[in-house]
Amino acid sequence: MSLGSRGRTAFASGAVLSTSLALFFALAVGAIMFACLGADPLRAYAVMARGALCSGYALGELLVKAAPLILTGLAVALARTMLLWNIGCEGQFVMGATASAGFALYLAPDWPAAALLPATVLVGAAGGALWALIPAGLKNRFRVSEILSSLLLNYVAILYMEHLYYGPWRNPQGFGFPGTATLPQAAWLPTLPGSRAHLGLVLGLGLAAALFVALRRTRWGYEVRVMGLAPKAAAYAGMNLPRQTLTVMALSGALAGLAGMGEVCGVQHLLQDGLAQGYGYQGIIAAFLGRLNPLGVVLAALLLAAVMVGGQGLQVELGLPSSISVILTAALLFGFLAAEGLKGLGPALKTRAAQGGG
Amino acid sequence: MPGDLAIVAQIAVKSSVAVLFAALGELVAEKSGVLNLGVEGMMLVGALAGFAVGAQTQDPVLAAGAGMAAGGAMAMIHAAFTVGLGADQVVSGLSLTILGAGLSGFLGRPLVNASGPVFETLALPGLKDLPFLGPALFSQNVLVYLAFLLTPLIWFALLRTRLGLMIRASGEDAISADASGVPVRAIRFGCTVFGGLLAGLGGSYLSLAYTPGWKEGMTAGQGWIAIAMVVFSTWNPLLALAGALMFGWLTALQFYFQATGSELIPPSVLRMLPYVLTIAVLVLANRTGMLKGRAKAPANLGLPFSREP
Repeated sequence: MSLGSRGRTAFASGAVLSTSLALFFALAVGAIMFACLGADPLRAYAVMARGALCSGYALGELLVKAAPLILTGLAVALARTMLLWNIGCEGQFVMGATASAGFALYLAPDWPAAALLPATVLVGAAGGALWALIPAGLKNRFRVSEILSSLLLNYVAILYMEHLYYGPWRNPQGFGFPGTATLPQAAWLPTLPGSRAHLGLVLGLGLAAALFVALRRTRWGYEVRVMGLAPKAAAYAGMNLPRQTLTVMALSGALAGLAGMGEVCGVQHLLQDGLAQGYGYQGIIAAFLGRLNPLGVVLAALLLAAVMVGGQGLQVELGLPSSISVILTAALLFGFLAAEGLKGLGPALKTRAAQGGG
Repeated sequence: MPGDLAIVAQIAVKSSVAVLFAALGELVAEKSGVLNLGVEGMMLVGALAGFAVGAQTQDPVLAAGAGMAAGGAMAMIHAAFTVGLGADQVVSGLSLTILGAGLSGFLGRPLVNASGPVFETLALPGLKDLPFLGPALFSQNVLVYLAFLLTPLIWFALLRTRLGLMIRASGEDAISADASGVPVRAIRFGCTVFGGLLAGLGGSYLSLAYTPGWKEGMTAGQGWIAIAMVVFSTWNPLLALAGALMFGWLTALQFYFQATGSELIPPSVLRMLPYVLTIAVLVLANRTGMLKGRAKAPANLGLPFSREP
């Protein structure tokens, strides 16, 4: 008992230390970049903070961005807990969005809201899960690295979605613009009054809590964690690694698919260019900054969302390109790595890397 | 239609070069024990740096050099984190790709419609008139010849020289290599940077020769395909060439179908094919590897090296 709580405190203080080091590193990199662009770094950061936090609109936008980041972050973190690399969240995101949109537009457009909305949500999750089962199956059957297969499938998913809304799904009343028709209103996710923040956020928070409990308090979670910490011991104990690989990758894909569903049913309300804007890749950053802990992922996703929304403020007020925020988020991840390395506290991550490679 | 076939072969060779450069570089890095998933990011930054310098100076050679340097600088970040700090190679590589994509998109915005120098075709006298092989292999630009010369050179260096032995030892068994006096960290650092130089060159081949100009995300996954080709090649440079040519051939087929207006395979399927077939190739590589039962990946790939236990 005392061991457990000591471990937890060590984890918490370690997390605070490495996160603050990561933040410091990212702020330093950003300051250099701002200076190179001829902007006063302090002023730029003040603008970012104001842009992200100091208005109701900004907070709403922050929550809009945080929702998909929480879900893709959870997706990466869950897979990583059992040593699986799901780099394919972007593709699963797209497939979730595509499945939801297709379902709401073509299969069940006349359903009443009470039935259509939950069904659309589930179809989105299923779309992501099915797409994630491909790399899982290839890994089980042919030992193909899921890093490469899941990543390559991202390109396939995006091309497929584009094919649909440039071709068979293109809106006939869309004046030739590529994109589907608008989803029936019954399939729209309810939003927080006065903002664009939608139900996807609640979904993300609820699933983070559920995952936190499931990983720590259920037999399934115990198996997943043992397979992550000691795969050989897990196999020796008779745990079914291939089956769990399928389950975990499917769940991971479902989380990413939900993120895509949220984006299409909660924000855009149709499939069009610009839907896949890298939430899948940013999820990798959220997962590691959150140290693979579901609740940590929520905090990391909020931080990343703040950086993104703050970046838009930079564009408005200082005329700096908002894409600077992507570089800041990458710097955050490097900062996390530096912190792990400097503390010499990364043995767990190091041994994991040994099995994750190639 | 022998003429068509020769044209397809010429485009296939042209289309394979960026993947070939990047795959050769990644192969060397992996041989030394460093997995670098940042190839896509290094290629993007290389493509942008090459094009930017080219647009300023109109000198393609200088531009390609700048692309190489930029790729090398990116790789240095990865080397500093993984070799220096012993950080997780997968996470560091992914960060590098995210960083490269962000950085090039951000810095490249003003260059989107600019024009720069182009590596012109330099047909080799005598050889260019060979039937079929002439147009395919000997009516290309300098970078194509360079890539094809580099392949056997790297093969020779890895398998037949002392430096190659030290690289392989660092990747197979770093602790024994260290004990017998191989400077493992220096070798790994150097090989990682070498990989970055070639990825940068591959990127600048795209922006200076293959599809001249800068477009955000213009590598379109070729960095990842290069990493897959390294797995397919079972870490043999000559097979990496075969893998790259296969990718090039698929790309050339797309052009061919487009040019002839053939509806045999829908264009959207054609665009997906390179990625799908790369996955198929990975399946194939692992199957044949299992059948032959030989170890392929360097044994210490992905493992950080430090003297402390």
